[in-house]
Amino acid sequence: MSRLGRGRVRVPERAAKGEIVEIRAMVEHPMESGFRVDNMGRTIPRHIVESFTCTYGGSEVFRVRLHPAVSTNPYFVFYVVATMTAELVFTWTDDQGGTATEKAVLAVH
Amino acid sequence: MTAVTTHPAPPPQAGRRRVLRAIAAGACVALARPAEPAREHLELALRETFGQRPIRPGKVRLELPKLAESGNVVPVTISVESPMTERDHVKSIYLFAEKNPLPRILEVHIGPHNGRAQVASRVRLSTSQWVTAVAVLSDDSVWSAAREIEVTVSSCG
Repeated sequence: MSRLGRGRVRVPERAAKGEIVEIRAMVEHPMESGFRVDNMGRTIPRHIVESFTCTYGGSEVFRVRLHPAVSTNPYFVFYVVATMTAELVFTWTDDQGGTATEKAVLAVH
Repeated sequence: MTAVTTHPAPPPQAGRRRVLRAIAAGACVALARPAEPAREHLELALRETFGQRPIRPGKVRLELPKLAESGNVVPVTISVESPMTERDHVKSIYLFAEKNPLPRILEVHIGPHNGRAQVASRVRLSTSQWVTAVAVLSDDSVWSAAREIEVTVSSCG
């Protein structure tokens, strides 16, 4: 059974309405590219995070499709306009059906 | 072939695998491609993604180190000049590496709700090469930037 490691996110606790806030998100994952061989000469099967999404107040605001060339423990920095106090939900999905989810609330005043 | 293998049924590439085994655990199966095919390799990926739409240089800024000691974790930032309004914004950002075994690295979907068309990540580069970032705008125009990077120790991206 495939399992993703823990996700970690950094979201400001509060922001002014209309402010552009920086979001950082990382998940623990080997991102095994499928291009490496073990010490017996056997190809190590590909095992990668294929998708990362972030929703804000239920709407998708950021989505990435990852290929094997994204480094171990995929990390992204992106921006969102703070429009309302709402939850940001971060979801990672790998090619073995594993998922990880993190949540954070952004308070807007 | 008089190969002595530890496998009950050696795979077709057994000879190549034996060589790789001799190098070290964790060696790459697919190594960097030579210069000319690399360009075609990139061109094919671009055409598959953007069809026949012209890809113009401009609007995109690609930041990555000139020299990376390790190709395993190369920091990259892509930003696009855009007001990020409903009428005029960036829809998607792509990153390609012409000499990686697979030229596609990542594909990001954004919109006016992001306020700023910028994304940063960490990527693998199999060798010294040109890296290309491409952005698709809300009017479906396609823009790009490319940078050359020297990689001292290759990755298996």
